[in-house]
Amino acid sequence: MKTLFALLIATAGLVCAQNQNAEVHVWPVQGNIYMIVGAGGNITVQVGKDGVLVVDTGLAANADKVLAAIKTISNGPIRYIINTHYHPDHTGGNVKIRLAGSTIVGANVTGDIKDAGVGAAVISHIDVLNRMSAPTGTQAPSPEAGWPTDTFLGDQKKLYFNGEGVDILHQPAAHTDGDSIVFFRRDDVISTGDIFTTTNYPIIDLAAGGSIQGTIDALQKIVDMIIPIYGQEGGTMVIPGHGRLCDFGDVLNFREMTIIIRDRIQSLIKKGMTLEQVKAARPTQDYDPLYGSTTGFWTTDKFVEAVYKSLKGEK
Amino acid sequence: MERIYRMATSVWLFPVLLTLAHPAFGQVNLGGVWNNLQILHEDEPERLPGPELGDYLGVPINDAARYRADAWDASLITLPEYQCRVHPSDYVPSFAGMRIWEEFDKDSQTLIAIHTHHFAWGTERTIWMDGRPHPPEYALHTSQGFSTGKWEGDVLAITTTHLKEGWIRRNGLPRSDRAVVTEHFIRHGDNLTIMTVIRDPPYLTEPFIRTRDYLYEIGGQIAPYPCESVEEVIRAKGIIPHHLPGTNKFLDEFPAAHGIPPQAARGGADTMYPEYQNKIRGAAPAAKADAK
Repeated sequence: MKTLFALLIATAGLVCAQNQNAEVHVWPVQGNIYMIVGAGGNITVQVGKDGVLVVDTGLAANADKVLAAIKTISNGPIRYIINTHYHPDHTGGNVKIRLAGSTIVGANVTGDIKDAGVGAAVISHIDVLNRMSAPTGTQAPSPEAGWPTDTFLGDQKKLYFNGEGVDILHQPAAHTDGDSIVFFRRDDVISTGDIFTTTNYPIIDLAAGGSIQGTIDALQKIVDMIIPIYGQEGGTMVIPGHGRLCDFGDVLNFREMTIIIRDRIQSLIKKGMTLEQVKAARPTQDYDPLYGSTTGFWTTDKFVEAVYKSLKGEK
Repeated sequence: MERIYRMATSVWLFPVLLTLAHPAFGQVNLGGVWNNLQILHEDEPERLPGPELGDYLGVPINDAARYRADAWDASLITLPEYQCRVHPSDYVPSFAGMRIWEEFDKDSQTLIAIHTHHFAWGTERTIWMDGRPHPPEYALHTSQGFSTGKWEGDVLAITTTHLKEGWIRRNGLPRSDRAVVTEHFIRHGDNLTIMTVIRDPPYLTEPFIRTRDYLYEIGGQIAPYPCESVEEVIRAKGIIPHHLPGTNKFLDEFPAAHGIPPQAARGGADTMYPEYQNKIRGAAPAAKADAK
């Protein structure tokens, strides 16, 4: 199932990749933060005197376009890649983008290990590495040159780069088991990975440790971190895993939808309904015009099934 | 002789300057404070108390919008993060005063933008008049959207995209973030009519049209509108008040209170047109609430 899910995403990405006219765009967010769209999952770019930091790298096939897009923002060295999760539409560009960069080394490292500075550092939660790699002697689902080089096991990793604190916060059992949200504290921007999107229902990769409650908890975490200027707007900007640039109100709407559908499916389960009966009841019908799909990788049926199974503790 | 020449020049030049001052295309000044407190009777429920729950009459909603509105619980706005949510630009003209001011390029006196500031929640909006394009879809959506305007004779025609999700009515009828809104600001002396046309395929089967009227107010002022959220109800995080399907007992109240056939209260494009009365002629009105 794990392989199937990754394969489905990769296939969906392949379809995009085969489109030679796929366009990659750079969009300024605020401060030193930019968003690159069109390369697969959204990519966050932070630039400054120390170089370039990117959150996620898009599909492998679009890596050259992403590198070209980064060059339009900064000629500085790519120092860090942070992966929000392991799916190939967010990590596919790791190899090329990592190798286009370099790690800051010195002191007792240079001289002893000459290639220590080759390639940018790739930071992620340990579960991202676990899902991209494989035990020795078995086929890994992704190339080794793109694996995370700097993993963390706890709930947080802190980094200071380009004059600001970067908070990498693990969100257990949300979209997958290895999700991180990345908070740029001075620029006041949050990069959410696929915990939050504007284009589809929450994608819950059950086989990779995702869950509906973890997704809601992670959305709540994002809501708690955002400080709007007034009402539900401005202030903290939010870059979703897919879709348009957002702020507080958009995250609230998505959280509202997710909770309401969770509640509906939970009540149908309490009535003893089977999965097919729950699907037939169409508990998402009011949100389908916004997030639903009958075709493609993540259909409405798949979402309902994932919520149902997650609530029942099934995989 | 020189004096006569100067006078002749003045006589010739003055009408020319007047002509230049009036643009080739029709344009009226909209600047000033406009108010509608004197005409709150126009669609009054929308102005102050809010429409009744379950009143979808005359709104061309689809099934998805109806289902969503049925689930809406007014307690939602007790959540701190919802208390200061502003009215979107296609709804805020229902409320109180509005200041309009124009922004001109200093040298060319070309109109760059028209700005509005509504009393309600202090929403401000820019209507770009300089021909700039709308941003790409991946740009931020806001409650006021991205607006561009042009003059159609003396009428200001505005197109707004990039709206955040909003509402058609304050009883849960949704308007999606994909809506395109067209407005016409029509001034007749001291009267201003704003006609709003909402096209929203996710939730509307036909465009929804409404008008709001304002009166020019000499010396009018707009008060500030500070909003600070408070904890009205102690709740655990992650709770969203809503009605599960089939459990909203308030939906019956509107047709019962007004003796309206229940199916009419459910709205839809049919209910916008006068012919609908013929369609439901003979249908039993809902029982009066006090008769239950």
